[in-house]
Amino acid sequence: MEFMGYRRPDGTVGIRNHVLVMPTVVCANQVARGISLNVKGTTWFEHQHGCSQLAPDAAQTARALIGHGTHPNVYGVVVVGLGCEVVRAQEVAAEIRKRCPYKPVQLVIIQEEGGSYKAIQAGAAAAHHMVLEASLVKREPVETGELILGTECGGSDACSGIAANPALGAASDLLIDLGGTSILAETPELIGAEHIIADRAVNEAVRQKCYDTIKAFEDSAIAMGVDMRGGNPTPGNIEGGLSSIEEKSLGCVYKGGSRPLQDVIGWAECITKKGLIYMDTPGNDIEQLTGMVAGGCQIAVFTTGRGTPTGSPIAPTIKVASNTAMYEKMQDNMDINAGTIVTGDETIEQVGQRILTEMLAVASGKLTKAEVLGHNDFAIWRIGPTM
Amino acid sequence: MGKSKAIVMKAADNVATAVEDLPAGYEVSFTVNGETAALLLQDNIPFGHKFAISPIKQAARVMKYGEPIGAASENIEAGRHVHVHNMIGLRGRGDLQA
Repeated sequence: MEFMGYRRPDGTVGIRNHVLVMPTVVCANQVARGISLNVKGTTWFEHQHGCSQLAPDAAQTARALIGHGTHPNVYGVVVVGLGCEVVRAQEVAAEIRKRCPYKPVQLVIIQEEGGSYKAIQAGAAAAHHMVLEASLVKREPVETGELILGTECGGSDACSGIAANPALGAASDLLIDLGGTSILAETPELIGAEHIIADRAVNEAVRQKCYDTIKAFEDSAIAMGVDMRGGNPTPGNIEGGLSSIEEKSLGCVYKGGSRPLQDVIGWAECITKKGLIYMDTPGNDIEQLTGMVAGGCQIAVFTTGRGTPTGSPIAPTIKVASNTAMYEKMQDNMDINAGTIVTGDETIEQVGQRILTEMLAVASGKLTKAEVLGHNDFAIWRIGPTM
Repeated sequence: MGKSKAIVMKAADNVATAVEDLPAGYEVSFTVNGETAALLLQDNIPFGHKFAISPIKQAARVMKYGEPIGAASENIEAGRHVHVHNMIGLRGRGDLQA
């Protein structure tokens, strides 16, 4: 089974051909935005970080930025820095060039260019050239096994665990059976379901890492001295019928399907193995999506019961509704309806097959609703204090 | 899964999930292990919410997906709404630490 993708010179496969304008620090957001708004065909994002961070936090921010710059969905990248920040734009650009020597990378430093307008001008000129070049790259047939799927659920309701997540799990299994890779994430939403994922680990080390990773997250919540409930599950989850984090987790874990767990990796770390991988991320939708995409997911499938609009700036994000009422109410945002499982009109396996078929269409160029809406949601998981 | 108005995920469960808004006094039927059972609802059960399908004693585990999802904070009769007013989560409870 094949789709039409962009084969990069290093053998990696993209499903989009973006020119990305990327600020390395909050201070460069407006210039990055100015560049992108002036060059049709570019994408961009903004974030709050890149400065006043301690080393482990700065490394985490850099990892997310480099992961987006090197991403196979990105043809070329304009890296925008201020000049005095902790996460150095020069180093981010150099690392992208080192890992992807074939990729156009332009560095713009606002203090060196002599201010914002001059920096926008320099960045826009480079981005303009990249967009013209990118338009010449052709799609070619690629094996489905090259896909790395990020699975995600957000704005969950009780039907997420009954319909949309089991269907996504079925799609994940189909992809893995075709030689592909699937990411399960959202560590707090594995609390109470850890045995289900850990028992599928390929060895004792991976099994133990599951338990350790989930315990560390729960301990960090407990250290705040409050009940997790209200923060996660959220008020909307609770209105939707979810009564505890355990109930939410047991519904969430279904989207990881049933295949063996190959490895546990950290947030935004490179995904190098095939099969099912667990990435340690927060449950926060945007921080999770950003981590999975930085790790190399070319595509995300996002299930939702309450209705969530989010989308990555560089990886198409397919929305799967857990119930028909919300699917019909939020047509602006929903790509697929899994509510047919709840009403008995389709089986989990049938909807899983539909999700895989849609993934291949999107991988070949079909736009998701989140892309048409212009979503460029990006959030870095901050792990330390602001200095 | 069938066109039932409530779903019991696993045979070990003591709650069912309503897949329509169900009114108090409604006799709801559901399937457990291939066998159909019926129950009179004592509360309004909104879409997506749970009701007890057997009595759950205070501090006993509330079971869904065949797994514990928390504990009853009071005795819960069959047919009653089960949610944050009468069950607690047992995980991530920093408020219960000394």
